Amino acid sequence: MADRGTNRVKRGMAEMQKGGVIMDVVNAEQAKVAEEAGAVAVMALERVPSDIRAAGGVARMADPTIVEEVMNAVSIPVMAKARIGHIVEARVLEALGADYIDESEVLTPADDVYHMDKNAFTVPFVCGCRDLGEALRRIGEGASMLRTKGEPGTGNIVEAVRHIRMVQAQLKKVTNMSKDELMTEAKNLGAPYELLLDIQENGKLPVVNFAAGGVATPSDAALMMELGADGVFVGSGIFKSDNPQKFARSIVEATAHYQDYDLIAKLSKGLGTAMKGIEMSTLDPSQRMQDRSE
Amino acid sequence: MVKIGVLALQGAVREHVKSLEEAPDCEVTLVKCAEQLEELDGLVFPGGESTTMRRLIDKYDFREPLRSFAEAGKPIFGTCAGLILMAKNIAGEAEGHLQLMDMMVERNAFGRQRESFETTLSVKGVADDLEAVFIRAPLIQSVGDQVEILAEYEGEIVAAREGHLLACSFHPELTTDSRFHHYFAQMVKEAKTTAAL
Repeated sequence: MADRGTNRVKRGMAEMQKGGVIMDVVNAEQAKVAEEAGAVAVMALERVPSDIRAAGGVARMADPTIVEEVMNAVSIPVMAKARIGHIVEARVLEALGADYIDESEVLTPADDVYHMDKNAFTVPFVCGCRDLGEALRRIGEGASMLRTKGEPGTGNIVEAVRHIRMVQAQLKKVTNMSKDELMTEAKNLGAPYELLLDIQENGKLPVVNFAAGGVATPSDAALMMELGADGVFVGSGIFKSDNPQKFARSIVEATAHYQDYDLIAKLSKGLGTAMKGIEMSTLDPSQRMQDRSE
Repeated sequence: MVKIGVLALQGAVREHVKSLEEAPDCEVTLVKCAEQLEELDGLVFPGGESTTMRRLIDKYDFREPLRSFAEAGKPIFGTCAGLILMAKNIAGEAEGHLQLMDMMVERNAFGRQRESFETTLSVKGVADDLEAVFIRAPLIQSVGDQVEILAEYEGEIVAAREGHLLACSFHPELTTDSRFHHYFAQMVKEAKTTAAL
């Protein structure tokens, strides 16, 4: 007897990605560059986040042709993004055979109140979070993997750093609480009580938590690992740089050996220009993707 | 006391460490560079992405030291991607990665993630009821004369042993049942005792 879509199978898939880099790609050619560089998975998109930002308008699930083209080009797992709350986009991606679905604030939300019931799917989901409450609400809905939201498409790491530090600090706090404090903490965080009990017992989140939203250099990737991320998503940072092959390889190596500073120095030499990036204070509040859901 | 390393380039490293630590008289370390191999009695290749691990193995001149480790008769246990690294041949590819075990493997043999599953298996010498989690798993299409088949799932080979080399296509590290790791720890102890004679 075989059981599909169990928590162990869905969360386990993300466990296998640990210490690795997941790269945004928009076609088969980029997917091959990513695989060749040592990416553990690719995210198939119509546009990378910085181009979504520039284009404006409504950003939706990618054309299935792109997802299929990428799936046919590489042997590593292929992820794809669905709009927050868009059950049908997610079902379409599941039907296509995508290996993981990102219910993502990078796309324009389809539902401004509810996220999807991800437990209802066989395919696993990754969701963004800025703090522990948001992380545990997503796990409660069935997310099998988390990532920081950061601020996608900016090439600015500051928001991702804020989010991973917040989650790590809150995890420590919960781990050190006495049991009689947990229910009130659950209320304050807006998080399921059972998940706080789980954290207290195991001293960690029940699913892996990657960094995302603003990683642009090998040092950025290593910084996020240093701060406790299990791995790294790079969106615009690779294919918006001067030399995607070199950036991709260097970010993979810096993530695997994030405390080998001699190596990271070597990897960072002569890389060429990283993506241009956006300073947060110049970003209009209406353009902040991280605030699109909670 | 034996010292077992877990190759820590990428993948589910922590889970193997936890399972191995449950075996008696085992000290477990993370292996990030080739020099660390010298002090080890046994080694685990974890699950992860085999293409990523291969790139990092090549980049840091890990390939020959790993092959020498196996040639010295020191036990190695590969799970999922680890099994792919160990195979002599990979279906559809020109050659295997480390080419340690005489077997032909097929990557992603059960399909994409939505086809991933868990089940209970009988594994020879380990358990009749081992929980086995298969994630985008490979399978062993065929094995050489010296390879013993330890487990099959619906007629396909999913675990095998060739002397001091052990491999399976599923993830014993993702369950709380550490009997497969105990079995490997015992192999390491026996190999160390034999080498000392």
